[in-house]
Amino acid sequence: MEKDGSPKGPPALLKTLPGDDVRQIMWRFADRFDYQMVVQSARAVARGPVARAVAKGARNSHEWTDDKAALLLEFDAAGITAAAVDPEYGGYIEGPKNFVLGLLAFELAWVDAGAGTSSMANTLALAPIHERGTPEQKALYMARSVPPQPGEDRKIWRGAFALTESIPYVGVDTGVLSGRVRVAEWNEGEEPILHVDKRGRFITNMGSASFVTAAVDSGDPRIKGSCMIILEETDPGTWDRGTPTKKLAHQLSSTRDPVFSLRVPAHRIIGGYTVKDGVIVPNYSHAEVIEAVFTRTRATPSIMTSAKLLSAIEPVIRYHRRRFRGAAGINEGTPRFDMGLQQKEDALHRLLDVWAAGEAGASLGFETSRLLDTYDDIEKAKSAVLATQGIAGGRAELKALRAREKDAAEFVALGANKNRSAAESARYDELAADPVLKFMITESLSSVLIPSAKLWNTGHGVNMMREAVSMMGGYGITEDCPGFLGTKWIDGQLEATYEGPEVVQRRQLSVTMSRPIFLQQFQTWIANLRDVAREHPSMGAGTLAAAMELWFWSREYLSTAKDAYGKDLYSNQRHGVTYPLADALAWLVATYHLVLDVLELKAKGPENPALAEGIDGLISFYTDLTHIHSATAAGEATKICAELVFGYRAESYPLDSTPANTDDDFKDVAPFIALRTKVDASLAGSKLAKDRASESLSHVMIPEVLDYPV
Amino acid sequence: MSTGFHIVVCGSLVPDLLQTLEPVAGPTGPALKNEMMLPAVLDPWAGHALFEAAHLAAKHPGSKVWLVSLGPKAKLQQLMMSIAQKVPFELVAIDGSASGFTDPVEVAAALAGAIEKIPTLDRSRLLLFGGCASASRDAGVTVQMVGERLGITDQFLAADEVKVGADGTLTVLERVEGGQYLVSEVVGPPCAIAWATGNLPEPPNNPQVGMQNMRTLMPSLQKAQLAALSAQGGTFVSVEVPKQERKTRIVKDVPLDEMARDIAEWIKG
Ligand SMILES: Cc1cc2nc3c(=O)[nH]c(=O)nc-3n(C[C@H](O)[C@H](O)[C@H](O)COP(=O)(O)OP(=O)(O)OC[C@H]3O[C@@H](n4cnc5c(N)ncnc54)[C@H](O)[C@@H]3O)c2cc1C
Repeated sequence: MEKDGSPKGPPALLKTLPGDDVRQIMWRFADRFDYQMVVQSARAVARGPVARAVAKGARNSHEWTDDKAALLLEFDAAGITAAAVDPEYGGYIEGPKNFVLGLLAFELAWVDAGAGTSSMANTLALAPIHERGTPEQKALYMARSVPPQPGEDRKIWRGAFALTESIPYVGVDTGVLSGRVRVAEWNEGEEPILHVDKRGRFITNMGSASFVTAAVDSGDPRIKGSCMIILEETDPGTWDRGTPTKKLAHQLSSTRDPVFSLRVPAHRIIGGYTVKDGVIVPNYSHAEVIEAVFTRTRATPSIMTSAKLLSAIEPVIRYHRRRFRGAAGINEGTPRFDMGLQQKEDALHRLLDVWAAGEAGASLGFETSRLLDTYDDIEKAKSAVLATQGIAGGRAELKALRAREKDAAEFVALGANKNRSAAESARYDELAADPVLKFMITESLSSVLIPSAKLWNTGHGVNMMREAVSMMGGYGITEDCPGFLGTKWIDGQLEATYEGPEVVQRRQLSVTMSRPIFLQQFQTWIANLRDVAREHPSMGAGTLAAAMELWFWSREYLSTAKDAYGKDLYSNQRHGVTYPLADALAWLVATYHLVLDVLELKAKGPENPALAEGIDGLISFYTDLTHIHSATAAGEATKICAELVFGYRAESYPLDSTPANTDDDFKDVAPFIALRTKVDASLAGSKLAKDRASESLSHVMIPEVLDYPV
Repeated sequence: MSTGFHIVVCGSLVPDLLQTLEPVAGPTGPALKNEMMLPAVLDPWAGHALFEAAHLAAKHPGSKVWLVSLGPKAKLQQLMMSIAQKVPFELVAIDGSASGFTDPVEVAAALAGAIEKIPTLDRSRLLLFGGCASASRDAGVTVQMVGERLGITDQFLAADEVKVGADGTLTVLERVEGGQYLVSEVVGPPCAIAWATGNLPEPPNNPQVGMQNMRTLMPSLQKAQLAALSAQGGTFVSVEVPKQERKTRIVKDVPLDEMARDIAEWIKG
């Protein structure tokens, strides 16, 4: 097998594009046969009926057409719809489902993310009920959302999630609700009947929904605060699905601006309510419900964009390789015939960047959804412990958690210490047994991973999708482009927008990335990467570690530094500082998870006999790809940090000077300069890795034709 | 029939048909380039046999379907993730090469041996199914040889339809030359039927069916015996993919009949 390190003769080349065995190892589901089946099932639907619908032009209409509706039936038949539902309500997959829903989204978006969105939006509609609903609400709506089984005569219910409202109301700012709930009728001793008015905007699945989970605020002194509430199409009043949105993207899903004015019983309030002094008090505000929902659902769209980047590799290789075949004078066996545009280094290098971005995004997206799969149990255990202390959510909980932040950071540090003393081990065990700390650590991590994935995978993903499109020349921007690359590009922009556009993710990161627990976790990543760099020197882990150190230093520095006018740099309103810093972090976080997945492939790949023939090439290719991406990520993060650290200083500095000979002026940032030099030096070998990986790219065997229609 | 059939389908994997299949000289004889790394599918004719088997079993209560597969264990496992979702069956896995360059005599011996060992198989109710051809080694002889070894002498080749009469008589539609069908009747099992395409579409995937099948699949894969394939059966003088030839002639207003005649002449060479 190829050894890590500097060039020593020709490396093993990638023989075939990575198949299921490789993905199962990297994304850690080699032992989950249920997930593997769901993947195959979703793939057959995506590359069959979905691809045929796209090829037939089903995207060319804003209406909810029969062709589009037929796809939902395909999802039902293939188990895609029921995959989101717990077995007790008629589903078939035990346990949490974030990861498996990510796999489903990956497969569908490989062909068309609008189809993926149709299936995802149903889960989104159910999410408020799943996360915060009463047992009765769960039982009713989950069971209705499962396709009828043989012999059952009932209609399947599909849902929509209605938060966003007509301008000037809810968008990025989810607090400016205009939807209202009032008491319509409340007879003594009976359940109150409510009246809900809600105008939604851009609501997915409205073409097919039978129920909607809607965010509304109180418009009545007899109702306290906001809530989410379930509306049904047969409720008395107005259920107007509204005009279809004239989308430029995801046309296989239905999006409309619905208008509701309906009477509903009070037990539709999600999570239930109590009555206090004649006032209905919902158990959860709309903000509490959507926080729980978005925590669980934002990783999925991030995986869609990454799937599309990875789906672009094969069509681009095929196009490049065959570009000149058939031309007079270009004969079989000549490089121009065999390699076509792949003779050109630029074509190979750029495609590697697309590939690396897709891999890193998928690694981050799937790790995030795996982490989320642990979340529910951990959250419940925490709540149970706090309940014994008389703390039941709200401010009291926040206070209790804040008081444990030092313990949590200590726990993370002890966990990373491989040479713990007996006393340290005892302390570690004591902390490890505490469910509250476990929750704090998971929450800290997830509140960085989720926005990073949503921000970076989709934002950078769209940019890279544009690269992929450009590599197909004019073909790229036609409907005939194999792999539908042009539509995948514009679709990506929607993934960057719905479920909270980039600004929302940056805003969240600007807070969560500066929490002490995360900063401790981040340092353990750096330490881990240094170990990796020693054992696997050609992965670029050293480069990534150096860039992370630089980011860490920059954040510390910016958190107390002031600009030339004496104003704080790191503050809520200073988006120019905190948001780019969040962008830089997202690059590093994504790349870190690619490193982890490639290490997994290195460790477990050789155990799989199906990979034996090509494992050397797979490992050397993925090692090089990781190296390439570490260098890119380090470059991006370093550039951002340099601008932030230097950009707010006064401009008095003479143009022809360099920091090195004006030590006094730059004393406070001397560590930055040293760290940056370290990053630069660590780039040694990264371009050689790109040359090696290019060799693989120009030799890798691809199928004769794409496995879905054009 | 009150007790139903015991249907054993012989079928294994072949490289996904969209892949580039390039013969290379391997250490033990000819092989396909990167064969183990290529995604695999169920051999299409065996697939038709399996779907027909499941269909027949569903119509005849008390029936049961086994799929006997000789292939590399790790690849078989991957294949099962899609095939096992389509129809209910019990897998009997045999570990070994599924390459088209193995000797059908040895393959048939391994398959027959595995079938003989199925503990609950009632040979008097046995319908031996398989493909009449294969996408990897199109010798078209395996099912017959398995049948012979199991003592099944009623054999039907290239079948497209099997009907079961009220008295249990099987009516089999076999493809014969010139686009004709031969209709035969047999009083009932045991018999061997090598399927052509049949008439059924590929059933959609249903993970719930897959989860049912999974209960027997993994144990079967775990205990799969290594097949004794010696690769001594034959010598390959040369191995190559059929050549693609493209000849273009630009003509105008040619009647259909003439065009057909032209093509037929060209094929004859
Ligand atoms: C096809 C499609 C499907 C959708 N499906 C659903 C659905 O099913 N359910 C649902 O509820 N919603 C849905 N949405 C709505 C979507 O979630 C919103 O469009 C999104 O949250 C942004 O809201 P907005 O469009 O009002 O943007 P705005 O709030 O107007 O924001 C526009 C831009 O202004 C900037 N900006 C806004 N606020 C700030 C700030 N505080 N700080 C800095 N910059 C800021 C950002 O650049 C932002 O991207 C869908 C949207 C589309 C297009």
